[in-house]
Amino acid sequence: MENAPDATLNAIEVQSLTRRFGALVAVDHLNFSCASGATFGLLGPNGAGKSTLIKMLTTLLPPSEGTAKIAGYDLVQHPELVRGKIGYVSQMLSADGDLTGYENLLISAKLYGMPRAERARRIAQALEFMDLAHVSGKRVRQYSGGMIRRLEIAQSMLHRPAVLFMDEPSVGLDPSAKRSVWERIRELRREFGTTILMTTHDMEEADHLCEMVAVMHRGVLAALDTPAGLKAQVGAEATLDDVFIHFTGATISEGGELRDVARTRSTTQRLG
Amino acid sequence: MSLAHEAPLSGWAEPFPGANYLRQTLAVAESDIRKLIHDPVELFTRMVQPVLWLLIFGQVFNRARAIPTGGISYLDFIAPGILAQSVLFGAIFYGISLIWERDLGIVQKFLVSPAPRSTLVLGRAISSTARSLCQMVFVYVIAALLHVQLRFGIFALAGVVAAVMLGSAIFSTFSLIVACLVKSRERFMGIGQVLTMPLFFASNAIYPLSLMPGWLRAVSRVNPLSYQVDALRTLMIMGGSSAFGIGHDFLMLLAAFAVVMAVATRLYPSIVT
Repeated sequence: MENAPDATLNAIEVQSLTRRFGALVAVDHLNFSCASGATFGLLGPNGAGKSTLIKMLTTLLPPSEGTAKIAGYDLVQHPELVRGKIGYVSQMLSADGDLTGYENLLISAKLYGMPRAERARRIAQALEFMDLAHVSGKRVRQYSGGMIRRLEIAQSMLHRPAVLFMDEPSVGLDPSAKRSVWERIRELRREFGTTILMTTHDMEEADHLCEMVAVMHRGVLAALDTPAGLKAQVGAEATLDDVFIHFTGATISEGGELRDVARTRSTTQRLG
Repeated sequence: MSLAHEAPLSGWAEPFPGANYLRQTLAVAESDIRKLIHDPVELFTRMVQPVLWLLIFGQVFNRARAIPTGGISYLDFIAPGILAQSVLFGAIFYGISLIWERDLGIVQKFLVSPAPRSTLVLGRAISSTARSLCQMVFVYVIAALLHVQLRFGIFALAGVVAAVMLGSAIFSTFSLIVACLVKSRERFMGIGQVLTMPLFFASNAIYPLSLMPGWLRAVSRVNPLSYQVDALRTLMIMGGSSAFGIGHDFLMLLAAFAVVMAVATRLYPSIVT
């Protein structure tokens, strides 16, 4: 089959991927790859180009130049095939608050063309797995932050994507909700072998979940290694916080553009 | 883009060709309709405007007998216009929900799914038609209470349903186009207000084309609302007559829908960039 993916390839292969907005180069000829089944963390200050990169990899934004292969499919040539292979958990709380948890999952399942019997089975399984079965009939606006995130991850995994993109999955969550989300992410990886690419500002999260971590700064990768390798590059006692500061010259709390800060605050506010 | 690319991607067989397309389109519509069922207040608030127009404007002008209506009472003449108007007013602001859902991240989730872009647009058009049918029932009740000479034949009613649905689909999809172009809620509201009244007054909703100056008549001939009203006037009212011919009305409405669908499908992904 002409469009069949090559199973021997990495799950994500980014090739000279570039995005310009007028004179601004948000993502500048980026090259990296991510092995199948690995969790890849993307660190970087606000405005570093992380969200632009995720938007391109999820087909929401066409690249200005270059391409990427996701699960073997070319992003530029066959975005519609890439979409069938990926899941996406955005930084915003994208579960629909006006629908129930069950309804959110139902609509997702239908969008992915799932037949009725398969739908019922997977939705029941997802609700059970995410510990949401007891609130599935309640509207999502009544859920806690951790429950909403778990629902969103369930939604993005219903069709068993090969690659899952997560934009700051634990932003705004309290420590216990955060740990519960991390636990579910780990279990999903174990169960389905999903490749995960996530952005985060949370160094503990990157340390806990990611095999490979890239530090992005001004549209390029400033560093790429295992968390241990990155720390060793900076110093014997270094933490990922030190790595971040070393490669970006920024402090984590420095913040970014008004729009990024506003979005994070709004997500945090909605999480209560 | 070949059709093979739009086939089910996860190995699920389609029971018939196009089943997946239909399922995805209806899923988009279902999402919105379920929300409406959870919170139907909007349907009730939309009832106020047609009541005012029929009860006050219609009744007063009915007595004035100042407008040539082709042998029917002014209230009979205006009732299809008010139905079309209430559908227009409901549909023309529909696009703001796209901006709202974009801000919440819901649109992005739909866009990263393998559902073809046209299903996302068509699904929204269908959910808008569901709202318009509620409006239709309500306007019929008010019109009946005011003794408007309504037709209740099965074919006449089916024709009214079709005209109402098409009008709603056209204007709600047009509204999506505006949303994709202006991208912010504030600008959308401003433009929505600017568009509504010209669309309404440059149509045959409350006065016949024969009363219009030449330039306004020319404008009204490219306004889909005129064809919707013309079709409704024939199908809804005893003794109502069509100025353009009912076949021509539906042809123009279908053509207008095809144009706005094509444009909206192309622009839809740009709402998130």
